[in-house]
Formats: sequence, C-alpha cells, structure tokens
Amino acid sequence: MRGGAAIVQGRLVRLLVLALPYAWLLLFFLLPFLIVAKIALSEPAVGIPPYAPILRWSEERVLTLVLNLGNFAALAEDRFYLDAYLRSIRIAGVSALLCMLIGYPMAYAIARAPEHRRNLLVMLVVLPFWTSFLLRVMAWIGLLGDQGVINGLLLWLGLIGEPLRLLYTDAAVYLGIVYCYLPFMVLPLYATLVKLDPALIEAAADLGARPWRAFLTITLPLSLPGLAAGGMLVFIPAIGEFVIPELLGGPAAQLAGRVLWVEFFQNRDWPMASALAVALVLVLVVPIAALQRLSATRGLGLRAGR
Amino acid sequence: MRRGLPWLGLALGAGYAFLYLPIALLVLLSFNDSRMVTRWSGFSFRWYVALWHNEALIEAALLSLRIAATSATGAVVLGTLAGFALARFGAFRGQTLFSAMVTAPLVMPEVITGLSLLLLFVALAGLTGWPGERGVTTITLAHITFATAYVAVVVQSRLVDFDDSLEEAAMDLGARPWTVFRTITLPLIAPALAAGWLLAFTLSLDDLVIASFTSGPGATTLPMVVFSSLRLGLTPELFALATVIIAVVTVALVLALRLGRVASSLSRV
Repeated sequence: MRGGAAIVQGRLVRLLVLALPYAWLLLFFLLPFLIVAKIALSEPAVGIPPYAPILRWSEERVLTLVLNLGNFAALAEDRFYLDAYLRSIRIAGVSALLCMLIGYPMAYAIARAPEHRRNLLVMLVVLPFWTSFLLRVMAWIGLLGDQGVINGLLLWLGLIGEPLRLLYTDAAVYLGIVYCYLPFMVLPLYATLVKLDPALIEAAADLGARPWRAFLTITLPLSLPGLAAGGMLVFIPAIGEFVIPELLGGPAAQLAGRVLWVEFFQNRDWPMASALAVALVLVLVVPIAALQRLSATRGLGLRAGR
Repeated sequence: MRRGLPWLGLALGAGYAFLYLPIALLVLLSFNDSRMVTRWSGFSFRWYVALWHNEALIEAALLSLRIAATSATGAVVLGTLAGFALARFGAFRGQTLFSAMVTAPLVMPEVITGLSLLLLFVALAGLTGWPGERGVTTITLAHITFATAYVAVVVQSRLVDFDDSLEEAAMDLGARPWTVFRTITLPLIAPALAAGWLLAFTLSLDDLVIASFTSGPGATTLPMVVFSSLRLGLTPELFALATVIIAVVTVALVLALRLGRVASSLSRV
C-alpha cells in the first residue's frame, strides 16, 4: 500500500526521533562522565579552573600526557575517604532494609485493598514526594531537635529529665533517608504484588498451607523482583545523599555525597572531587546495571496515573 | 478474598502516620504565633506576612518557577522522543547504550550529575567561549537532562500499555504517519505527557544539589535560599513556605486526578 517514498520518509522520521535525545544524552550525560574521569587524573592547580591539563607541551616541545594517580592513591590510603565510603554503603544498605520492612506490609495491604480504593491509597504514598524534599527534612529538625517536639513531649510527660540527643546522630540520618525514600520502595513492590494471581494463594490454602507458609513459599518469592527494584531505588541514590546527612547527621556522618560536596565547594579541590565521583560510580555500576536489567524486563512500577 | 488481617491495616495506618505526621506538624507550626516549636502561643498569620515580605525568597521562588517551567517543557519534548524510541523502535544499533543513558539519571546520585555537568560547562567554556557565565541557562540545561529520564519512563510505559492495533488500523486505512500520530497516538499519551511535565516541573523546583553545582554568581534558586537559611536554624517563615507548597501541590493533584478521570473516560467512548 505504501510507496517507496513513504518508507524513506518513515526511516527519516525514525532517525530524527532517535537522534535528538541520543545526541542530547551523549553531550549532557555521557561526555560529562568522561570529563570527570579525565579531571580525576589531573593535578590540582591554583587558577580558574583549578586543575592542570593532562595533555601539555613539555620544554622539548613534545606533547606529553601527564597523569596524576595521586588522587586515587589518596582514596585508597586515606582512612577518611575509605571510611566514608564504607559508612555510606552501610547506611544506604540498612536504610534500604528498613524501607523493605516498613514498605512491604504497606504495599501488600494496598494490593489487597478493594480495587476502587487502590488508586487513592497509592496516591497517598506518592503525595509527600511531590512536596518539597528540603522542607520535609526540615520537619525532622523540628521533631528531633534538643528543643524539638519529641523532646518537649517527653520532658512534659516527665519521662526524661533533660533533652535526649536525637538530632545530629546516625539514627537521625537513617530516619531521614527512610522517610524520604519510602515511596520508592512501596511503588515497585505494589506493582508486583498487585499482579500476583490470588488463585495461587487460594490453591495453597486449599491444599492446607497456613497463611505464613503460603506467604513465604509463594508471595515472597514472586515479589522478589519488586523488592530488588525497590531496594536499588533506595540504595543507589541514598549512597550519594548530601542533604540528609548534612542537615540531620552530626559531623561524624561523613557520607560519600557529603565528602564530595565538601571537597568541591569548601576545599575547591576539583580533581579530588572528580576522583571521589569516579569511585562512587565504580561502587554503583553493579547495582545500576542490575536495576536496568530488572526495569528492562518488568518496568519500574513508576507509572503515571493508574 | 479479603480475610481478616487487622495487622495489615494497622501497618498501613502506621505507615501513613509516619509519612504525614511530620507534614501535619509543619502546617500546624506555620500558624503558631511563637517562634518556639514546643510552645503554642496562639493562632497567627504573621509568618505568612513575613514570607510575603521576604524579597530574596520571593525572587528566588520566581526564578525557580521559571527554570522549572522551561526545563519541564524541554524534558517533555526530549523524554517523549526517547520514550517513543524505546517503546516502538524494536532493536536498533546503539540501543543498549541509549536505554542505559535514558534510565541511569533516574538513580544517579545528584552530586555526580551536578559535578559532571559543571565540569562539562567549564570545559565547553574553555573550548568555545560558551557558556560565558553560568546561571539560569546552565541550570535549565542540567534540569532538562535529568528530568528527561523521568518523562521517558512515564511515556514509554504508557506506550507499551496501550494497544498499537489502533495505529495499525489507521495506517491500513491510508492515514499518513503524521495524521496517525496527531489523531490517535497523541491523544492516547496526553495524560502521560501531562504527568511527565508535572513530574519534571516538581523535580526541577525541588532540586538543590544539581543547581548548586551548575549555578553561577547571579542565579540563586528557591532550594538554595531555603538550604542556606536552614543551616542557620529553623524559622517559622519556612513552615509557612512549606504549607503554601503543600496547598498548591494538593490542589494541583486533585485537579490532575479529575482531569485524568475525564481523559480516561473520554478515551473509553
């Protein structure tokens, strides 16, 4: 039916549709990473921008490549950076587990709610995400501070004699991360749980399985992809989190994102900040690749509307 | 199917309480006459008045709204194209790289995105002289880049969801591709485009980290102002700001839900 001209036109349109976002992402997403990697290998210098080029003309007029591995050596040797990265992995991992513990019952309850209520219940999980992140973190400063609501309440009840130290602790960081990232756990979990065929559970019950056994042998294994996606959606961004440890954590809450921020904005050491970014990407390559595999086969459950 | 599992309802209720009590606290405290978080000294609008007269904050808010509107629009254009390519083009050369680049910004820590884009702008300025000064333009470009990923995912899942036999039928009846797109595909994905725009707008409005990296001396966005005043301590003015944002978001979401229902009921006819 369609002529050759239409086919050529169709191919052209296809090419244009693809080329624009492709070129944009190459320029603004991939290329910047290569530049980060390059600057991580250069030496810091006084000037604007504050780093030395890695390709320069030596005195004998030979173009030489000067690579500085000192930043990476410092990363490996200096306990400060290593500790910060290990702490980030621990805090992000524990936060992801806490999100699972809180989010799983929520997602399960929503998936088993009557159908006409589900949209509203999901909406209620997402709604806080649409309001300001910074201002929600601020609410926890008001709750946890020495003169905050929780201490005020406990003092008034006479349960404590002097304010407890709640703010500027690791516990406050965990709380902040779980609070802000919980929707990212509930959504993909809900998406897998709602697709689960109830007949499977009924069959198990008919065959005499107790509810817990049916849950452990059927529901839980079938919801593992959602659990994994949710875990990654919490773990990956939490590792680079800056705002929460900065505002809720004490000086000891040095997480990867915060260390990078300080290196860049306060020490103005661009090459070191870049080396930290490269190390962070290396830590995250495996989880990000795993998440992409999951989302390619199942979708992330971050759907609009329904 | 629903068996009596009271603890499930309880867990859900506790989860919602965890999510909403801090927000309720912000709203409540914004009407408190006292500066103290723990003392209620009467109902007052004084913090809203103070907010209204805080020129630095209002100016930053207007700048943020402008950046958010521009970058959301840009992200919808790019994200729709990317979503289309992912949902409809089958396998093509460079597809793995493309889909990785589309979805990676969803989870990429903001400090990395911010730092890498800043270094790109510095390198470009060194090579071409552009951008001469970082500010609104560079923040907008950065926001378009990370918001595109969200729009692409939303549009892609919508395209995968709906039945493409409608488009095929139109083609078989002799409609040209552009006509098919305009009269069938576009109306079907319109709710996803609206949702994507709102998502991109919110993400841009809310972003502190990427904007801080890519901004210059002249451009201070709302989150930057909020963050620097938060570092000095809590002020009830910020509670008032939070309440205004919560009110706007709630109204917008209720409207979007209504419109969404209208749209889906129309498409079912």
